[in-house]
Amino acid sequence: MDLLEYQGKQLFAKHGIAVPSGEVAATVEDAVAAAERIGYPCAIKAQVLIGGRGKAGGVKIAKDRAEAEQFAGDIIGMDIVGPHGEGPFRVDSVWVEGGSDIAEEYYASIILDRGEKKLLAMVSRQGGMDIEAVAAESPEALVKVHIDPTREFDVAAAREIIAAAKLADDALDAAAEVLVKLAEVAREEDATLIEVNPLIVTSDREVVALDAKVTIDGNALFRHQDLAEVADTADDPQEQMAKEKGLTYVKLDGNVGILANGAGLCMSTLDVVAQAGGAPANFLDAGGGSKAEAIVNALEVITSDEKVDAILFNIFGGITRGDEIAKGIVTAAGQIGLELPLVVRLDGTNSEEGLAILAEADLPNLHQEKTMLDAARRVVELAGASS
Amino acid sequence: MSIIIDKSTKLAVSGLTGREGSFHGLRNKAYGTDLVAGVTPGKGGQDVEGTPVFDTIKEAVEEAGANTSMIFVPARFAAPAIDEAIESGVETVIAITEGIPVLDMLSTYWKAREAGVRLIGPNCPGVLSPGKANVGIIPAQFFDPGPIGVVSKSGTLTYQIGNELKQAGTGNSSIVGIGGDPIVGSDFIDILKLYEADPDTELIVMVGEIGGDAEERAAEFIAAEVTKPVVAYIAGFTAPPGKQMGHAGAIISGSSGTAAAKKEALEAKGVRVGESPTETAAIAVEVLRSL
Repeated sequence: MDLLEYQGKQLFAKHGIAVPSGEVAATVEDAVAAAERIGYPCAIKAQVLIGGRGKAGGVKIAKDRAEAEQFAGDIIGMDIVGPHGEGPFRVDSVWVEGGSDIAEEYYASIILDRGEKKLLAMVSRQGGMDIEAVAAESPEALVKVHIDPTREFDVAAAREIIAAAKLADDALDAAAEVLVKLAEVAREEDATLIEVNPLIVTSDREVVALDAKVTIDGNALFRHQDLAEVADTADDPQEQMAKEKGLTYVKLDGNVGILANGAGLCMSTLDVVAQAGGAPANFLDAGGGSKAEAIVNALEVITSDEKVDAILFNIFGGITRGDEIAKGIVTAAGQIGLELPLVVRLDGTNSEEGLAILAEADLPNLHQEKTMLDAARRVVELAGASS
Repeated sequence: MSIIIDKSTKLAVSGLTGREGSFHGLRNKAYGTDLVAGVTPGKGGQDVEGTPVFDTIKEAVEEAGANTSMIFVPARFAAPAIDEAIESGVETVIAITEGIPVLDMLSTYWKAREAGVRLIGPNCPGVLSPGKANVGIIPAQFFDPGPIGVVSKSGTLTYQIGNELKQAGTGNSSIVGIGGDPIVGSDFIDILKLYEADPDTELIVMVGEIGGDAEERAAEFIAAEVTKPVVAYIAGFTAPPGKQMGHAGAIISGSSGTAAAKKEALEAKGVRVGESPTETAAIAVEVLRSL
């Protein structure tokens, strides 16, 4: 789960890391009122879960009330596309914070390195810019040190990293302390990524986190009630519906609705449909051991997307039982109707029982195929014909 | 032969008294796995259809001779259960549980390494050595004994490929589901090493998916250390590009983690990569017949 900048900064403040004070606002009126309280100049920053906000025009410095009003109006409601074409993401709120007096801009991050199975600290004196470019063009300017999982990460260890990154001498101790606290945030809040760019030094030589990108491990939310509450709601109506029903669903652009059991098989199903010339409308992993009710829910979510012209169920049962899947399909057909063509490929545990249930129900619009490839070809054909 | 589990496996199941644990534990026993104990704190002295239950894994080791532990306990209690297994004296721990916080696994991973205990998973379907033993949730009926070793991040995708191999008249030395979590006890390289050393494995099928750089690392290892042919499949070519928050992820792995990047890395090292599970199985059979 990704946190918005201001949520990340609140987490930093909780752990004693200096951040500029500010307020979150969802309307222009509230943003202007916040700016008036904070004073000028102040920064008005789009709160979206994507990088590259500054380049997209989502971060502005207001010198007075008129500018605050203008910038808040420009930013709230704008759509931001990520640097790699992600999104667009609609800006629902802005973070208004006091202007900072920047003497130095650094970069600091703590990330879970899954390859090395350790937390990795990265520090650079070239902050405030695209850190991927720094890493590519002058790798020596980015200091990367793994944190020993068997030892305490203390200020002495952090000082070595900060010194290696050649940060200003008079900021060394304060920056080392921030790094220790960032590692503490990672451990205590179950953050798998914390990136501060820029980490600034003010002219008073105070070290302040001017940005915050934080990812919290969704599996650990049970022990972070406060974070579980800020878990953002999905923008997309199908994604929101799926979330409420406890399904793993990702919306895509095509017209072939897809359900499979297991993330790997589901991804593979998308690939095979694409290879057959089709365009998947979604990723939906029904999970292991799906019962009939989950299938009804899944079909409801898939069919609520108006772009969908045909649906493919690709099931290879391990824990999942074919008879449960078949019962779900029959129940769903009775409850919500089945107006779109549905191609079903059912294999694995209890698939024969499942196929028998489907044969007996004799549903219109239901097509059975024996293999994954045949099922993919069939659904692509049907989706083309019905659109 | 086979890897990780075989006829000498003596299994203790943590969570055997639970609904899922008993269903799969007893299924493993019915397959022929030597299930010697269940472990549930506070339920020592009971039994599950004749299998004695102990309070601790250590007791299961000392009193029932367990050498392999399967973890089937709920996510929030699972990491301590794995830690307990690591310290109990078993050689192998297979963790099926899904949803364990990743930072818990970080310390558990290093405990297993230091203790020299082989950890498989978590969030994995387990290990099957056809005709010998099954520890986990892999439906054994789709696999026959044979010369192909399978190692996979995904459960259902493995069943799909295994079933196609069976229909093509071949089978498997072992099937290892390593799990798709960011931190798993054994990665592709650990299992490739075992298959390379296993005399009954003639060919290896590796099934990966998007995310991380385990496949890229495996490609380097295959080129340097593996003499047996490896055939791969990668899922997720059409997966949507994930929202990229920070940039730190791309910097450390040096890889975009996409399916295309993984395929390219593997092919650059001479590994054939199938376009679909069906084609992957077909390539594996073709390569096997040419040996």
